[in-house]
Formats: sequence, structure tokens, C-alpha cells
Amino acid sequence: MPPVADAVVLSRQFDDAEQQRSAADLGIWIFLATEILFFGVLFAAYAIMRIRYPEAFAVASRLTSVSLGSINTGVLLTSSLTMALAVRATKLGARKASIALLSATLALGIVFLAIKGTEYYLDYRDHLVPALNFSHPGPQAGQVEIFFYMYFFMTGVHSLHMIAGICLVGVMIAMAARRAFSTAYYTPVELSGMYWHLVDVVWIFLYPLLYLVSRS
Amino acid sequence: MWNFPLFPDRASTLASSVDILFFTWLALAGVVSLAVAVLIVFFSIKYRAGSAASRVMAPQRVRTRRNHLIEAAWIFIPVAVFFTMFAWAASLYYEHSTPPADAMNVYVVGKQWMWKIEHAGGQREIDELHVPAGRPVHLVMTSQDVIHDFSMPVFRIKQDVLPGRYTTLWFTATKTGDYHLFCSQYCGTDHARMIGHVVIMAPAAFEAWLARGNAAETMAARGAARFRQYGCSGCHGADASVHAPHLEGVYGRPVQLEGGGSVIADERYLHDSVMLPRKEIVAGYAPIMPSFQGQIAEEDLVDIVEYIKSLKSAPDGTVR
Amino acid sequence: MTTAAMPVPRPYLDAGFSLWSWLSSVDHKRIAILYAVSITLFFFIGGAAATVIRMELITPAGDLVSAETYNKLFTMHGVIMVWFFLIPSIPSTLGNFLVPLMIGARDLAFPRLNLASWYLYILGGLFTVGALIAGGVDTGWTFYTPFSTMFSNTHVIAAAAGVFIVGFSSILTGLNFIVTIHKMRAPGMTWFRLPLFIWSMYASSIIFVLATPVLAMTLFLIAIERFFGVGVFDPALGGDPLLFQHLFWFYSHPAVYVMILPAMGVASEIITCFARKAVFAYRSMAFAVLAIAVVGFLVWGHHMFVSGQSIYAGTVFSILTFIVAIPSAIKVFNWTATLYKGRISFHAPMLYTLGFIGLFTIGGMTGLFLASLALDMHLHDTYFVVAHFHYIMVGGAVMAFLGGIHFWWPKITGRMYSDSWARFAAILVFFGFNLTFFPQFILGYLGMPRRYHEYPPEFQVLNVLSSAGASILAIGYLLPLCYLFWSLRYGARAGPNPWRAKGLEWQTSSPPPTENFGATPVVTEAPYAYADAAGG
Repeated sequence: MPPVADAVVLSRQFDDAEQQRSAADLGIWIFLATEILFFGVLFAAYAIMRIRYPEAFAVASRLTSVSLGSINTGVLLTSSLTMALAVRATKLGARKASIALLSATLALGIVFLAIKGTEYYLDYRDHLVPALNFSHPGPQAGQVEIFFYMYFFMTGVHSLHMIAGICLVGVMIAMAARRAFSTAYYTPVELSGMYWHLVDVVWIFLYPLLYLVSRS
Repeated sequence: MWNFPLFPDRASTLASSVDILFFTWLALAGVVSLAVAVLIVFFSIKYRAGSAASRVMAPQRVRTRRNHLIEAAWIFIPVAVFFTMFAWAASLYYEHSTPPADAMNVYVVGKQWMWKIEHAGGQREIDELHVPAGRPVHLVMTSQDVIHDFSMPVFRIKQDVLPGRYTTLWFTATKTGDYHLFCSQYCGTDHARMIGHVVIMAPAAFEAWLARGNAAETMAARGAARFRQYGCSGCHGADASVHAPHLEGVYGRPVQLEGGGSVIADERYLHDSVMLPRKEIVAGYAPIMPSFQGQIAEEDLVDIVEYIKSLKSAPDGTVR
Repeated sequence: MTTAAMPVPRPYLDAGFSLWSWLSSVDHKRIAILYAVSITLFFFIGGAAATVIRMELITPAGDLVSAETYNKLFTMHGVIMVWFFLIPSIPSTLGNFLVPLMIGARDLAFPRLNLASWYLYILGGLFTVGALIAGGVDTGWTFYTPFSTMFSNTHVIAAAAGVFIVGFSSILTGLNFIVTIHKMRAPGMTWFRLPLFIWSMYASSIIFVLATPVLAMTLFLIAIERFFGVGVFDPALGGDPLLFQHLFWFYSHPAVYVMILPAMGVASEIITCFARKAVFAYRSMAFAVLAIAVVGFLVWGHHMFVSGQSIYAGTVFSILTFIVAIPSAIKVFNWTATLYKGRISFHAPMLYTLGFIGLFTIGGMTGLFLASLALDMHLHDTYFVVAHFHYIMVGGAVMAFLGGIHFWWPKITGRMYSDSWARFAAILVFFGFNLTFFPQFILGYLGMPRRYHEYPPEFQVLNVLSSAGASILAIGYLLPLCYLFWSLRYGARAGPNPWRAKGLEWQTSSPPPTENFGATPVVTEAPYAYADAAGG
């Protein structure tokens, strides 16, 4: 199919559409690298504490809601699938399909947050929220509290990224509805897809580290 | 006012070794900096715009080869010098990292904004450390609140003191006198006032000072009282019904740990066993010991540690 | 150079005179000037704090300000100078202005992101100045736990928030530079024809992008721990205050390379122009900045030799620190060799650069004293460390920054300044600087600790010398403010290339038009192809 030339808005600093697309591509990869370093701090702190207190972390991990966490993992993985399909649909110019798939991704993202919120509520009910109402019997209370501190911190920062991702997908739906994309120009959807996948990958590491310690 | 020092006194066995290292670096840095400065000035004058000096360069091939040799020289010579200096400094550091077995223990607890020092015989001092010349002294240190740093420039040593942990330092003082003790890790409002004196005395004078000291009882005796006060003897005593490790003779010997491995029962191990009992569980025992974090102050815990150190295995197995 | 019949384009300074035209501009050159004004403001705020500090230290007693105030002063001096002056200084002013020009592009890859970076910088600055006005912060710029999380009674969270926000300004600038340098070079501008300033911007950007997120999350961790009273740095729960130091220095050591690599880039550009000779061993210089950036990530533990970290870790960090010094040494030797058989002139930018080389050499070598394990036990947290890092950051980075401002002033503003005044200021800065900081090496070996507002009386004479030097330094810094501003109105108009320098930025008018070049340049020659020096 011949490219639809006037569907690409070329910014003044670029010489051609290829340069523009290529710059955006490199830009998003660098941004994803910064996100990995950002989360990396939390993973490093978690790893150090876990190596130091393996038993306390095992006890604490068993107090998380593994069923809800597992459902959420399925939800997020499915949303990555719908996102990948949405990007493909946009590339092929299938506007209705892309809007449907983006909406599915958005919905799954909201489901994820709803389930996460339910987990937080259950943790509050079970007195597992540090600084608010944490209490745990036994001599390891301090280290169990550290586990839950990291749990809330890491899933909290992840959820903030999910919210940002959901807003981004919402903007993509609006742009797609306005016919902003074509077979020649779909960069924003592609970049949003990459961001969404990163947030999913972070969860894929969080899930076993937080929920599955010594649950085998 | 004009009689001000440019160089600190030397009062420990380590000081002159550190100073030699320093002077060597000074010479190296001086030579390199001077060489760079002289070359810059020399080239700036000789090759200033409009000067008659020849700018004719050798042919490219010759220049390239010569430049590569020059570059190789000023890479590999610094590398050799750097590695030599690294190795020298590291080996001096290693040599000095293990205190001699007969070192005299002194306990230090830092808190905002003072140093509390306790000798094994129970003598206590604030912001002053009296030590004998010629005998190795081993400081076991901790903090009650934030990170501080125990620094004695005339010995050329310092060490951060941390809450919840023991860190150590050792030295052998060589000459008598009264010298600076500083806190060298910013710790809040009166950081600059957390200073004091290291008083080095001749051995006889030091013994006399100890005897005059304000100790009603030794650290170990005070520790014994605390041991009972906090209920330790309830589990670790000879006639306790709870299955808990016996503590007689434990200090300085290896302890087998649950899950394999072993550790030497030094001051750090004893401290952590009380504050973080789940960290290293003795093989064959259940992890039921409660943590005393937040219940025992660090300066009381050092007494208990000294008490445990004093427990020798008695022939009938009772705790003395 | 291809030419085409085009109308004479308007200089970028004339593209709008309203305040809004400046605050909404996505032109990298205008954004560079927005940054230049802001960092100058912060420099003088940080400098004011330093002035009071040096005044207090004239006498051994803590009699000028209270202990609390002094602690807040050195904290704000550090926070402002590190994050709001040094780190953005060369990259966000000279880098923003020059990167597209030097590679033959019309702008950076993401101009709107560039403007967003500046707004983030200002927002971070507002939080930090807000913390200052609300009463200050007294944790030191290093925010060590547990003092910052559990004991300080000052506005730690506000200050941490300010630095967190300004971190994103750096990250986005770094991202922008990397993409621009990769994707927008003019035809013929291959990697090994890039000016060394671009190489140093590239290496600095790698650090921006990979290290700053670590700082952001670390500050977030202490803010939350402080707010909720619970966290991973609290020993009472089994947490580890040393973990903070590892996380903090993992960023902050590469951060100091962010402060010096751009300065090295500036030095290379200036020395080659005023010696009329290509930089000695161009490829070594390019690889050296990359090596410094990479190895710089591996040495953070040298800030922690006496912290309680294991001696084996200390050994590894010590040897890596010696290794990272080698590319820096190579650069110093290469700059010196560049002068050989050159045709050297001594305009102000060259004086600043020659001063930079000397002071950086001293600063760098004293770093090796500190990298030596046994010696650091004596020197850690003393004035020796203070002198070391000021030699690099002030004697090095600030002098190079001033040199760069003077070198590219005609390009940026279209005006020439008084070279006599500029040379006088450069010499004043050099002498003032040495008088301020050399005595501090001696104070450090004597054992005088950092962050002390009162001290034993025998340290007074050296402190008085240092404070005297600081007053001379202050004058040296105020002078450029005067004659540079004067030149904006009364200075002679500059042509496109007043220094007869090589480099694409000199192939366009002074000041450049908004789109930088009339037509896209095509590069055909090696970098620094100065034909002045005889020989092939």
C-alpha cells in the first residue's frame, strides 16, 4: 500500500519521516532503560533484605493474597496481548479493531487496579499495613514489617505507573477515534505499547518475589 | 597565634607508616603537577603565536609511531605507579585490620552529642579516652542514635559508629600526651562540639588512673546484674527448663549455625544474638529467642557482652 | 557546503521580544539562555551560603551564626551548588545551545521535551528554595540516614522533593542529547568527526540517564520513611542505614563525572582553537570520556571506606578508583601535548582552560590519596576531602564553564566583551581559588573535620587564609557578570567566527538564526583541521 504522505506530521527539526520515527524509537528505549534503573533500586533493596532475613520474608510472603496476585498476573499478561494486537491493528489501518483492542487493554488495566485495591483493603483488615496498623506476633515482627513496607512501596510505585499507562491508553483511544493514525503514522500507539509492556514486565518480576517466597 | 601546626603529631605505631605513604604521594603528585605546569608554561612561551620556534612536524608515519609510543608510556607508567601505590596502601590497611590477641578492650558508645567510654574494669569517661602507651587498645564501638565517627588524627585512624551494630578500631599508642578526639561524621546540631581528648599515659600512670577510677564495679559485674535483670538467665542459666545455648566459654570460639556454616562468637555475634536473634541460629536450637531491640540500651548491652566474655567453662557446668 | 538562494534568516534573539516568547520557546538556543539565567541565580544563592560559611570560619568560636544555622548553610550550599548549578551548568546551557549547531542540526530531537526539562528544573528549584525559606535543611547534601529519616527536625521532605524533580530535568536532557547525537548528525558528520565536546555530552548523557533514576528512587525512599516513620534504613526493625549510603553514592559518584566530563569537552574545544592545532590523539580523548563514564559507575564505595562496609569491598572499590583515574590522566597529557608546536594565543578562554588543566591535575591526584585505603582512614571526612572536590568542581568544572561562556559568548550573543577585563578576572579567579582551597589540604591532614562551625584554635591561621582567598574568588566571579552584561549593550558586534575556529557552529552567523543554518551543512574534513600549524 503506498504511504499516505500527508498523514505524517513532520516536526521541523527532522529531515524526513524515517528520521522522526527512528528518533522516537530510540527515545522510548532510553526512557524504558531509566524506568528499569528506577525500579532497580527497589529490587536491590528488597534483595538485600531478603538475603538477610529469609525466614521472616517467607513468613511474610505467605500472608499475601496469592490468589488475587495470580489473577492479577493473568489480567496483566492478557492486557499486554490486547495491547500488542492493538498496535498491530493500528499499523494495518484497522481503526475499529484498534479502538476495541485499546479499550480492552484499558479495561484490563482498570481491573488490575481494582483487584490491587481489594488486596490493599484486605491487608488493612489483617493489620499488615506498616505505619498505619501493622501488628504481627512473634520475634520477627520488625522484619515482617520491612517485607510489607517493601511490598506496599513496590506495588504502589507499580500502580502509579499503571495509572499513567491507563491515562496514556485513554489518550490513544481518543486520538484513534479522531483518525490521527494511519498505516504511515502510528508512532504514539507503538510507544505506548512499549511502555505498557515494560510495566507488565516489572509486574512479572514483582509477582514471584513478593507472593511466591517459599510457596513451592 | 603564629605558632600554628602544619603537620599533626605522631602517636601510634601506624602513624609513621601512613605518613610515609602520604609523603610518597605528595612527591608523586608534586612531580606530576609540576611537570604538567612547567610543560604548559614552557610550551606557551616557546610556541606562542608569532614566535620564531620551528613548527615543522616530522612526516605523518614517523609521527604516528612516535605518538603511539609516547601514549603507551604515559598510560603504562601511571598504571604501574597506581597499582604499586594501591597495593602498598591496601596491604598497610590489611595489616592493621586485625587487632593483636592481647589487645585491651575499651567500649565506646556514641550519642548525640557525646562519647561515652567504658573500660573493662568499669571505669567510665565522657569525651575522654585514657589509654596506656605501648599496649594495643581495641575499641568496640556503637551508636545509640545516628551515625557518628570516632576519629583520632594523631593515630591516623577513624571509624564510623553505627546504630544497631558494632564497629571496631585498634591502635598502639607510642607517646604520652593529650590529643584531639573528633566526631567525623556529621550527626546533627552539635556535631562540632562532639569532640574530646585522647589522653595517653605511661603504663604505670595509667594503672594508677584506673585504680582511682569511678568504677563501683567492673563492666562484667554490671553485666551480670543486667543479665539477671533482663531475664537472660531464665533461659540461658544452668537450671533453666528452656533449651537454650549455654554461654560459658562461648566467646572467641566457633559456633555451628543452623543450615550449615559457622561463625566466631566475637562481640558482634553476641550483640546481634541479643538484638537480632533470628539472624544466626545455633544449630540444634529452635528460633524462639525474642529480640531485645529497643529494650536494652547499647551502653547496657556492652556490659552484658563483657559479662558473657568473662564466663569461663566451669568444671561442673554452672554459670559463674 | 551546499548553498541555496534563501532570504537572510532572522537571528534567534530577534524571534520575539516578549517574556512569553522566551518562556514558551522550543528553540534550543533560547532554552539554553533560560537555563543560563537560572543557574547563575542559583550560583549566587549557593555562593552567598559559602560566603557566610567562610566568614564564620574566620574565628575558631561559633560566634557568627548558631550551630543550626551553620548546618543549614552548608547543606543548602551543597544541594544548590551540586544539583542546581554544577550538574546543569555546562550541559543545559552550553550543551543545549551547541549540540545541534555542532552536529549540523536544526534543533534537538525533542524540542518540547527540552522546554519541559527547564520547567522541571524551575519546579525543583522552587521546592528547594521553598525548603530554604521555610527554615532550611540540616542533613548535609548527602542526606545520610538515620539522621535524615528519623532525627532531623528540618524540611527534609521538601528538599528531597526538589532534588527528585530536578533529577527528571537531567534525565530528559540526557535522553534528548543521546537521541539527537545518534539520529540527527549532518551528512558527513561521522562519529569520529564529532567535536570532542559532543563526545563528552554523549558520555555525560549516558550517566544522566542511568544514574539519576537511582537517586530519584533513593530520595523517594527516605521521604516515605521519614513521613511514615517506618522503613528499610531503620536498624530498630532490622533495616540498614548503610544501604542508603550504597544507593546514594551509586548515583552521586557518577554524578561527579557528569560535572567534569562536560568541562573536559569544553577544554578540548578551547585548547585546540587557541593553539591552532588539532587535539593530540583525538580517538584516545573520545574513548577516554566513555571509559570515565562507564568505570565511574563502579567506584561508589570509595566514599564508604570507613563506613563499616567490608574491607574486601573496600579493596575492590579502591582498585577500581585507581583505574578510573587513568583515562583522566591520559586527557591531561593529551591537552599538554596539543600545545607542542602550536601557535598559542592567550585570550580569556585559553587562560581559563590552562588554569583548568593545572587545577584539575592537582584535584585528580589528591583523589588518589583518598583512594589509598590506609590513607583514607586518616583523611576521610576531613578538609582534605573538601579541598579535593573543590579543586575538581570549582578549579575544574567552574573554570571550564567560565572559559566556555567566554569562548562562545560572541556566538550566543553576537557581541564581543573586553578581553582585558576577562583575562584579569581569570587570573583573579585562579589565585583566589588556590588561596581558598590549598590551605584546606593542610587542615585536612591535621585532622580538621568537615562540617564544623567551630574548631580548635590552632587551625585558625589556615582558615583565615582560606577565607581571604574566598573574598578574592568572589570578586573574580562578580567581574564577568559586570563586563559580560556591559558587552550586551556596548560590546563590538561579532562576526560569524571571531576566533577563526573550526566547528560547524562557527559556520553560521553570530547569533545564529532560529533554524541554525541556511542550508544543511555537509561535513567533508576531519575535526580540528587547523591548517595554521605547519606540517601534514
